[in-house]
Amino acid sequence: MSGPSDYQPSNPALQWIERRLPIMGLVHSSFVVYPTPRNLNYWWTFGAILSFMLGMQILTGVILAMHYTPHADLAFKSVELLVRDVNYGWLLRNMHACGASMFFFAVYVHMLRGLYYGSYKEPREVLWILGVIIYLLMMATGFMGYVLPWGQMSFWGATVITNLFSAIPYVGESIVTLLWGGYSVGNPTLNRFFSLHYLLPFLIAGVVVLHVWALHVAGQNNPDGVEPKSEKDTVPFTPHATIKDGFGVACFLLLYAWFIFYMPNYLGDADNYIPANPGVTPPHIVPEWYYLPFYAILRSIPNKLAGVIGMFSAIIILCFLPWLDAAKTRSSKYRPLAKQFFWIFVAVCILLGYLGAQPPEGIYVIAGRVLTVCYFAYFLIVLPLLSRIEKPRPVPNSISEAILAKSGKAVASIAVALVAAGALFVGTLQDARAEGDLKPPSNKWSFSGPFGKFDRGSLQRGLKVYKEVCSNCHSLNYIAFRNLADAGGPGYSVAQAAAFAADYKIKDGPNDAGDMFERPGRTADYFPSPFANEQAAAAANGGKAPPDLSLITKARSYERGFPQFIFDFFTQFQEQGPNYVDAILQGFEEKPPEGVTVPEGTYYNKYFPGHAIKMPKPLSDGQVTYDDGSPATVAQYAHDVTTFLMWTAEPHMEARKRLGFQVFIFLIIFAFLMYFTKKKVWADSH
Amino acid sequence: MNPDASTIAAGAPIEVDLSPVAEGQDIKVFWRGKPIYISHRTKKQIDEARAVPVASLPDPQSDEARVKSGHDQWLVVIGICTHLGCIPIAHEGNYDGFFCPCHGSQYDSSGRIRQGPAPANLAVPPYTFVSDTKIQIG
Ligand code: FES
Repeated sequence: MSGPSDYQPSNPALQWIERRLPIMGLVHSSFVVYPTPRNLNYWWTFGAILSFMLGMQILTGVILAMHYTPHADLAFKSVELLVRDVNYGWLLRNMHACGASMFFFAVYVHMLRGLYYGSYKEPREVLWILGVIIYLLMMATGFMGYVLPWGQMSFWGATVITNLFSAIPYVGESIVTLLWGGYSVGNPTLNRFFSLHYLLPFLIAGVVVLHVWALHVAGQNNPDGVEPKSEKDTVPFTPHATIKDGFGVACFLLLYAWFIFYMPNYLGDADNYIPANPGVTPPHIVPEWYYLPFYAILRSIPNKLAGVIGMFSAIIILCFLPWLDAAKTRSSKYRPLAKQFFWIFVAVCILLGYLGAQPPEGIYVIAGRVLTVCYFAYFLIVLPLLSRIEKPRPVPNSISEAILAKSGKAVASIAVALVAAGALFVGTLQDARAEGDLKPPSNKWSFSGPFGKFDRGSLQRGLKVYKEVCSNCHSLNYIAFRNLADAGGPGYSVAQAAAFAADYKIKDGPNDAGDMFERPGRTADYFPSPFANEQAAAAANGGKAPPDLSLITKARSYERGFPQFIFDFFTQFQEQGPNYVDAILQGFEEKPPEGVTVPEGTYYNKYFPGHAIKMPKPLSDGQVTYDDGSPATVAQYAHDVTTFLMWTAEPHMEARKRLGFQVFIFLIIFAFLMYFTKKKVWADSH
Repeated sequence: MNPDASTIAAGAPIEVDLSPVAEGQDIKVFWRGKPIYISHRTKKQIDEARAVPVASLPDPQSDEARVKSGHDQWLVVIGICTHLGCIPIAHEGNYDGFFCPCHGSQYDSSGRIRQGPAPANLAVPPYTFVSDTKIQIG
């Protein structure tokens, strides 16, 4: 994309094309001979990683859209069926959902790199602003994508975010109506979000082309911030940068795969496994993690309009960065003060993110205000001031000179120190918080960990408990009888599943006479619900319908708290849901403790939030007879039925973990190969 | 992209029978996809709402102006937090009114904002009393 190329293909057919459309010359000059600074470090591979992620999101997204139904009544179900019934649907969905998080993670690294090395400075202002535009488009796309599964967080996230626009004076209300296409968030909203969610990625791709074009005109910045002066300072893009980027992408894929195969729900919110309900707001609304710092800024300003302005200006301010920071030296490597402040700024952003996920009360509000001031102060006070008072160290004359005089690695130690300080700060915050409710104990589950498998006996016993006890009130809408014979399930044969189904009476029809009739179940039928409709279920159960159990172990969770949630990432702890369900089943107490009364029609349960649960104690010793000699105790029942419900929530878990292991082996080998190839290619360039 | 004809038609007025709502109770009905709280207020709640000096409120409005005279015990408000649109919970918070779980706004027994980030009182939808025990919303 930088000027005419003298590239001539050797094949005559290609020559014919090239003379009419010099596309190969374009590619050749932009991605093959294009000179890249020789001193780029691995932070520069995030550009390639981002392009890769964009492609990935578009590809998986297009396939997902083939199976998704954008309708308020069907969206949630279509996503569940897509995960359960479509071939590798679970994989597609995990790739797309975790992919969004990975995309944002990479974009944050990419932006911070630009910030640290001054990549926004003359002559790269337009390049930087295009990047901010991409980031804004990504935020809009990510938000609308999160609405599509139409769970509780989707719905209420959409409500809160669209209502931000109502803060605009005079026209706010009409803008919001326009966004909704109705009087509240509803089906028209879902439809237009789907349409826009499909459109925006292509706009992003378009702006990415401009971004790369601008990059290739201005040339890449580099860690030393001095422009390449001679041939000696650069290496050709291919193979040097290509292979290095390839290695970067391979490493990034390892992280990505860790989420896809082992922690798919780590970054999501359990509430989003509850279908959207316009009548009930979840007790604690949190956006996806990548919006948290901005959400924290929104909440820490006590005035609605000012809060919204604060939030948006936190992003828009980035556009003015090239002019706020007037320092001549680009790279913070040579700016002793800017370097320190940069790491403080990173810590501020992380802490803001943490606060955005906390309830807006007490110390969190005050800390949020302090950090909001710090955030803006960095751009409006620190950077302009530094460019006036800071004495930068001398920059090397050329890139090749910089490579010869490799400087020390003070940066890493500073980063570590700051992260530690940040962690301490967060730790004290945690202590400041009042002791919450009793946490469910962590049980041992056969399905936890990277090689976890369901215990077949437990699944079969759990099914029995469900059938004899739970199914009197709770439906299991997403499970069909055929699933009982699926691989990775309770291990029944097709004939056994058919016999099991035949025990049920299924309503079918209308027949030729126009009447509904009952017939014995077939394997293709789903478990029938105990009540005709939600209203009947609510009426029979004191005003609140018992929840469907298909997803219950994924729809319930509890706070693990800091720093536990960080360890959970490494230990692959994903069992909050099962722990909670198991604990609830065993947490009933005849008599509430001294001084506690529960309202009439509710029962005391020590693990239920608020302790007053509408469900009476469902299980008692000896209630269900086991034929395999397992103890007929409440603890055993609870364990078995929870295992069963974990399977109903995630029927392909075993396949997921198995494939994950294979993918990991492959990726590790691939990354090693990339690494050694890269070594070889770069051997004489260092 | 504004609401289409069927959405507008579905937003036509509805009638609500109030006779089953006992004193101190409230019901939630949906109109135009929005929850409407109809509370049958107790004497205490009405007195509390009327005792505060109007000028001291963030969004000054007297209780009398928010209910229909002669039907002072009935409070009809749109149950949508004026901050960012969550649904406040009735009978919670420090003011015998509503509490919004999202960012902690608190409304009193007249649906007026008393504390928290919300800028305005809970909106009163257009409604009229068709008879003593029946209202029409819209
Ligand atoms: S939406 Fe009610 S306080 Fe924010």
